Amino acid sequence: MTQPVLKQTVGSAFTRILSVGAARGDLDVPNDDIVGPIDSSDEWIRQRTGVISRTRASANVSAADLATTAALEAIDRAGISASEIGAVIIATISNEVQTPSMAALVADRVGATPAAAYDVSAACAGFCYGIAQADALVRAGTATYVLVIGAEKLSDIANPTDRTISFLLGDGAGAVIIGPADAAGISPTIWGSDGAKWDAVGMDRPLREAFDDRDGNFPTLRQDGQTVFRWAVWEMAKVAQHALDAAGITAADLAAFIPHQANMRIINEFAKQLDVPDSVVIGRDIETTGNTSAASIPLAMHRVLAENPELSGGYALIIGFGAGLVYAAQIVRLP
Amino acid sequence: MAQSKDEVLAGLAGLVNDETGVPVESVVFGKSFADDLDIDSISMMTIVVNAEEEFGVKIPDDKVNELKTVDDAVNYIVSAQS
Repeated sequence: MTQPVLKQTVGSAFTRILSVGAARGDLDVPNDDIVGPIDSSDEWIRQRTGVISRTRASANVSAADLATTAALEAIDRAGISASEIGAVIIATISNEVQTPSMAALVADRVGATPAAAYDVSAACAGFCYGIAQADALVRAGTATYVLVIGAEKLSDIANPTDRTISFLLGDGAGAVIIGPADAAGISPTIWGSDGAKWDAVGMDRPLREAFDDRDGNFPTLRQDGQTVFRWAVWEMAKVAQHALDAAGITAADLAAFIPHQANMRIINEFAKQLDVPDSVVIGRDIETTGNTSAASIPLAMHRVLAENPELSGGYALIIGFGAGLVYAAQIVRLP
Repeated sequence: MAQSKDEVLAGLAGLVNDETGVPVESVVFGKSFADDLDIDSISMMTIVVNAEEEFGVKIPDDKVNELKTVDDAVNYIVSAQS
């Protein structure tokens, strides 16, 4: 008996980001509002991080709410029907529950049913991990359109007395639609991990310890700032250069450089190490939004395009890096 | 090639000045990076990475926190070069 031949799909040869949507927390929280518990000052935070204020969400606003708002904008701007979306991927570290996923909830809310839906746990690199997956899904013919969202309510896992990272954190969500294109719009993804630095940034203790905590304190984020800073600048500069090389372009060909919004001094030193020309617009959304982990790159992209609409169609280097440690970088054509 | 302590000090002072603007003549033995020269942890790491290149040595992350003073840094670099 002859074995039948299996069918496999092949999708579009090229992909691109078709649109971007954004939602920030509804509360502007200036430095002066958070310096008390860390015995600090507005000047100290500005000098060390470049943050002037951060957006945080009210108690009744969840990360899924922010994700929904950002997704609806992205769907509208892409000019597609939500029912055409084949997969919804949410990069997040602040889902309120370990299961089910935030993506399944948001897919239903925006009408992207019965799309495949799942969350990605790659911290501040999560959005770029999602782009890598969406690009592969569309090119493989597994989905025609993919909704990728970075969504965080980090204020839920911030400790007001922590001086290592909590004062940087903000809440928000950014969303993009990835779909077929006539020409290359997403370069090869350069990604990886360094689990030897697993404890450099992350939660301060495991959940099982929180179960025994009589005061009900939840685990919160903390980091070894110096280790992360060195890795984020000098190691990630190599990754970014690798991404440019893989794309076949140079930093001079970029319209924008949109790194994860971890710390303004990381962004500035990163740009210096990469030798980014002055003509390239650099995403600096952290100044008033704070560090929103997986949401920071699409939020910064949305702002760059709102302030510089002429950059639409230009190339942007996006690179996410964070807890794991994990990283991912691509060159994308701006929507 | 191993350098003298004074040679390392001069090179280090230049790196500190490049990163922070602290005058090279202020970077002398007996000074604390944080308390006397007002150098924060991020600037310190930038100086460390540049020092690795300048002096051809490796300064691991866990060692950086032990370099509290100019003496600590110069002695470590001289030792690592030999």
